[in-house]
Amino acid sequence: MASILSQYFDPRALCLRISARTAEEVIAQLADKLEEIGVVKPSYRAAAISREAAIPTGLPLAPDFAVAVPHTDREHVLRPGFALGTLTEAVPFRSMENPDEELPVRVVFALAITDKNEQIDMLQAVAELLQDPPTIRRIADAKSASEIFAAFAVEATASKG
Amino acid sequence: MAITKRVLVACGTAIATSTVVAVAIEEAMKARGIKIECRQCKASEVPSLVGDVDLVVSTTPIPKNLPKPSIVTLAFLTGVGKADVIEKIAKILQG
Repeated sequence: MASILSQYFDPRALCLRISARTAEEVIAQLADKLEEIGVVKPSYRAAAISREAAIPTGLPLAPDFAVAVPHTDREHVLRPGFALGTLTEAVPFRSMENPDEELPVRVVFALAITDKNEQIDMLQAVAELLQDPPTIRRIADAKSASEIFAAFAVEATASKG
Repeated sequence: MAITKRVLVACGTAIATSTVVAVAIEEAMKARGIKIECRQCKASEVPSLVGDVDLVVSTTPIPKNLPKPSIVTLAFLTGVGKADVIEKIAKILQG
């Protein structure tokens, strides 16, 4: 069965093992992918970067492992979807809950949302993935797009039960 | 008689996060037979909307000294400490 995440995810929006030093660099790379495949407008990039600086989206899952979910207003989005970036070495993003704290982020979901109620399935599927430590770590360590889709499928099967 | 309790769910910009949190809280309280209604807002709007709610749940810092109970948590996104937070919310709403 196709997972909800794979329905929203175009493998061209996958950046595996990014080497970047800052949150801005990571968001810029993912925003460029989303723009290339027609998911977001060119303005998404700067808007998502400045939103992250003002209202950060880092989510701590373990002391050594965090995820970030940058996003921005719908006016910068053409259609719903997301880009996924994995980082071989953690990049500091600030915490959503405590913006003074920096978190070691290994996986970034750059979300493109046009209507949060319509895309609640995508948002919930991302949250379910974060709440499944072995699967999110598999994604962080994945070496190919097929490993990413396999992890999405595991999640879909698990959340059905 | 069960009275519907009101929960104000806040996040940074009310674009994405608060929806996930609101649905998760609704499901968790429904499972416990607690009737609730969630409203979503930006963290900056909390002080002006807090008046007629029973509880505020936010994923991002909100002003202190609110006249209502409030919880800042990422548990509905990360799963970390979720059972404890659900317990805490249920206690406040049943109290």
